[in-house]
Order: sequence, then structure tokens, then C-alpha cells
Amino acid sequence: MKRRELLATSAAALGLAATLGSKARAQTPLKVGFVYIGPPGDFGWTYAHDQARLAAQEHFGDAVETFYVDNVPEGPDAERIMTQMALSGANMIFATSFGYGPSLNAVAQRFPNIAFEHATGYLQEAPNVSLYNARFYEGRAVIGTIAGRMTQTNKIGYIASFPIPEVIMGINAAYIHAKKVNPDITLSVVWAYSWFDPAQEAAAAEALIEQGCDILMQHTDSTAPLSVAQQRGALAFGQASDMTQFAPDVHLTAIIDNWAPYYIKRIQEKLDGTWVADNVWSGIPEDEVTFAPFNDRIPAEVQDEANALIESIRDGSYHPFTGPLNRQDGSAWLAEGEVADDGTLLGMNFYVEGITGDIPN
Amino acid sequence: MDFGSINPVVLIASLMVAATPILLAAIGELVVEKAGVLNLGVEGMMIVGAVAGFAAAVTTGSPILGMLAAIIAGAAVSLIFALLTQVLMANQVASGLALTLFGLGFSALLGQSYVGIVPPRTEKLDFGPLSDLPVVGRILFGHDILVYVSLFVVAGVWYWLNYTRGGRVLRAVGENHDSAHALGYKVKRVRILAILFGGACAGLGGAYLSLVRVPQWTEGMTAGAGWIALALVVFASWKPWRVLAGAYLFGGIMVLQLNLQAAGYRIPVEYLAMSPYIITILVLVVMSSNRTRRTLAAPGSLGRSFHAAG
Repeated sequence: MKRRELLATSAAALGLAATLGSKARAQTPLKVGFVYIGPPGDFGWTYAHDQARLAAQEHFGDAVETFYVDNVPEGPDAERIMTQMALSGANMIFATSFGYGPSLNAVAQRFPNIAFEHATGYLQEAPNVSLYNARFYEGRAVIGTIAGRMTQTNKIGYIASFPIPEVIMGINAAYIHAKKVNPDITLSVVWAYSWFDPAQEAAAAEALIEQGCDILMQHTDSTAPLSVAQQRGALAFGQASDMTQFAPDVHLTAIIDNWAPYYIKRIQEKLDGTWVADNVWSGIPEDEVTFAPFNDRIPAEVQDEANALIESIRDGSYHPFTGPLNRQDGSAWLAEGEVADDGTLLGMNFYVEGITGDIPN
Repeated sequence: MDFGSINPVVLIASLMVAATPILLAAIGELVVEKAGVLNLGVEGMMIVGAVAGFAAAVTTGSPILGMLAAIIAGAAVSLIFALLTQVLMANQVASGLALTLFGLGFSALLGQSYVGIVPPRTEKLDFGPLSDLPVVGRILFGHDILVYVSLFVVAGVWYWLNYTRGGRVLRAVGENHDSAHALGYKVKRVRILAILFGGACAGLGGAYLSLVRVPQWTEGMTAGAGWIALALVVFASWKPWRVLAGAYLFGGIMVLQLNLQAAGYRIPVEYLAMSPYIITILVLVVMSSNRTRRTLAAPGSLGRSFHAAG
């Protein structure tokens, strides 16, 4: 329904813009469109982007008009929606899912005056395409540390979405840091093959708990695994936003995606006419990756350890992927003290040594 | 078969739970299609049931009242479809798709103030010592009430369609509405009642997701379950017990592949995860061809509007 309404209003706006001409357009606010993969009410990925959109809207007031289209599938639909946004007068478009890449670049080539911002993307085929991403693996390193300290059964469950570098990076970061504080842990990964399917995610959580995992991490967007963990008494971490309310007893903390500073900065640049395409990857130091308040169940010394890790990442003295690290097959990846470069991380398609199981193709 | 660290009893018990939403929705749709109506709005009716059941359960504190509300809400939404297709003679395929879009949007609107709330817990039925029996205890006597209701509905639909006058009239309407009309049966009344039954079942299936399976309200939480239910009806060639088997098969594949992954088995996850959808697509392709439809024993008047002539 929302999409239809949007199409109707955009069509009206288009007609209006055409009749009023360029004079009126100069006074109109900067229009910023957002393309979402899921619903803003998922309390996960899309929710985090929408909170940032609202923060930007509040920051700029009447100078900026934001709007969004939700539940946009990756593929031809995305191209259609972005074209529609461009035709309806958007000056800037934020597309917030990995798979929008080809569509976004195709649309960007046709509308060179519109600033395109692609979250977690890698394709930059036009001068008006900018990429932005967050170093979620820094957050995964922190929750991995907490998980390694808190597990009783030494089994950690991980609900993954799709086998793409972003997700594999997160699994590796969590595993490395859990293993570092607790050499006995094993990590069970379940691929849900969906970013958002509450029933499937709940079933995955059940299966992991059945297998003896007493602590769950997720790289899917719904709060269903938290609900299951709460019911079954397993510990869990929220994803993308503070999910405490879904599992007040067992929600230890959450990696929070804080896009607001970036959105406000980029929209300001567009307003000032200083916007240029960029490729940024921010994390804990820029407060793009933050954490929900730690649950009291986490012992003070573990909280201190986690906070120390956060601070060391913040001041740049520590990188979560620091050697010596081997690949799963035992071959050397990083030598002692060597730090992974961004290119390798963004193309990561292997597990580190110690993780069992295969990455699906 | 060696399942290693996977407990087959737990597996069977959880596949029954996983299958219940699609089973309920599919058995409802089976009755609708047996009456000659193709309602593609199952997904929309399910999600409206999910949000209505959730809201009612949270407000009243009773999951049972929530389920009743879901039944009423599902039926109420299906009434829109009945009005469009049976009274206004609109195209059934288009009306059904519209109903799904409407349901998804409408439920998101209704559910805004229910995001992030934990619903009252639906307790498992207490069978006393029976639940403690080895194997059968967990599989047969370890569920909440809706799992049993869904089985009862399947048995009831099977009996009613095959052995009662009403069921036979409904089938006659679905096979050939002109003949049924000539014999004096009220084609539209039968169809409207069937549509309402389908809506009620879909609504209940949706509530099972939001109250038991997940349990929480999230926008778009049915995530395609309604489409699987639709395909299941064809997959089962319009036979109630086969719907049950199909639902448990789909539920089983999903639960089994997740459990195999959790237990660390090397399986081609991507194929298993997509298998229900591939079967769904295949079935829908098969259904769209007229010749195969006949061999699958589809109701003769399925999807055709009825205009009373003379």
C-alpha cells in the first residue's frame, strides 16, 4: 500500500514540478529518498536506517524533505523504484541494501545530477555514486568476547543470512574473539537464506538451542531469535538496534547501526553543493557502530574487558583482524602483528582456522 | 536413519509446529477452491489474522481470545474478496492479489503500536502423564491447542466434503456451477460461505505465527507463508489428507535443514532452503496449464465467475 501511495504522490509531484517550472523549484526543500529492503518496523537493519532518516529530518527541518519506499526487493523492482524517485524530484537517494548495486548504478548513469548513496555496496560505475558502510566486524569482535566469557556449554550459535563477505567477516570476527578468551568454544552457523523471515529465524534459533548452544548471535534482521532465546532461557545479542524489550532477561547487548551522523553530514554537503562521491567505511571510532547498554547479567570484569576492547578499537591501537591468523584450511593468512587490509575484508570468502563447516557457495 | 546428534522426536515435534500455519491456511484455501473460487489473497488474510490475533491477545491477555479475533478478522477481510468477486463479479486473480497487498499494508498500519510487545504465552495442553511418555509423549501430547485444532480441521474438512450433503453440494458448485445452479443450489451463497471459511482458517494460521511460532508482531512477518499454502493445495491435488502430508513435508524440510546445519552436517543448504519455493513455482506453473489442471483433478469451475443465466 505504501508503495502505491508513494507512486500516486510522486506522479502528482511530477506534474506539479512540471507546471511550476524552475523558479518554484529553487525554493522547494532538498528531497531525499530512501530505499529500504525491509519494513521500518523490523527493529533491525531497516529500522536503524529509518531512525537515521528521522534524525536527519529533524536536524534539517523544512530545508529537507525525506521520504522512503519500504520492502523493495533487490533486482528490477529496485531500479523501477529508484527511477520513480528520480523522476519525482529526489535530489539525493540512499539505497540501503547490498543487492541494489547494479540497479543503483544503472539509474545513477541516467540522472547525473542526483547524488546516489549506496550502503554496503561495492559498484561505483558513475561519478555520482557514493558508497558507505559500517565496520560491523568491530562490533562482532566485542560481542564475540562477551559470548566467549559467558557461555556455559562452550557452544555458540550464529544465525547467518547469506554467504556474502559482510556476513562471513562478522562470523570470523566473532569467532576469533570468542576463541581468544575461551579456547574451548565451538561455533555453529545456520544459514537462514533470508534477511528477514521471523518464522525461519525462530526455527533456526530453536535448532541451535536444541544442539546445546546457550548463546545466540544473529546476522538477520528480525527480533524472532531474541523471542525464542527469552522463552528458552538462552542468552542472545540484538542486531542493528537495541532489542532489549523483546528479551529483557537474556539480551546481553546489541550492535547498533548508527547511520545518523553520516546521513546528516552527507545531506549537509548536498545542500552546500560540496557533495562528491566517496567510499567510506566507518566504525566504532566514528560512532557509526555503537552498543546497546550492557545487561546486568554480564559480570563487571567482562564488561570492563569489552569496554577496553571497544576503546582499543576506537583509538586505533587494535584491529580485530590482527595476525597471526590462518585460513580454515590451515594456510597462513596474516603473519604475527599483520593487520588485514580493507580489500581482503570486503571480499572475504573464507572462514578462519578453527571454524567447522563449509561456507555455502 | 542416523541423525547423529539430532533427536528425531524433537525434530518431528518441531516440524509439526513449523507446519501448522501453512496447514491451517491451506486447508481453508482447499475448501475455497473446492467451491470453484481461486483466492490468491491468502497471504493478506494471514497477516491480518496475525496482527488482529496479536492485538486481541495482548489487549485481553488471553491467547484464546486472540485466536478467535484472528478467525473473525481473517473472515472479515475475506468478505471484501467475496463482495468483489461474487457480487461485483470482479476478476478473482486480480482481486486476490489486491487482497494480499491490502492485507500487508493494512496490517502494518494496525500493528504500529504493537511492535516490540511480548504476547501472553500460549501454554501447551496438559495431558498429564501422557506427555511424559517416551517418543509419543513429545510428538502427540506435547503441543499447544492449535496444533490439534489444525489436525481436527483437516479431518473435519475431509469428512464434510466426502460424506455430508453440504460438502457434496459445495463440490458440485465447484465442479460445474451452471449445473449446480440448474439443480437449485445457491452457487453464490455456497461460495461466499466457503470464502469466509478460508479467510477464518488463514487468519488463524497467521495468529499461530504471531502468538506461538515467533511470538511477536513484526510487519510482513508471514514472509510468503500464504503463497506456500496456496501452492500446497495444488500440490495436494485438492485432497485434505494430502494437504496435511504436504504441509508436514514443507515444514519438515525447513526444520530438518536448519537442524542439520546446526548439528554441523555438510548439506547443500542453498538447495534445501529454496526447495519449498521451487516446488511452489513448479506447482503454480503446472496449475496454469489447462490440460494438466484436468489431470490433477482441479475443480472444474475453479477461478471462473458465475453469472446466473435465466
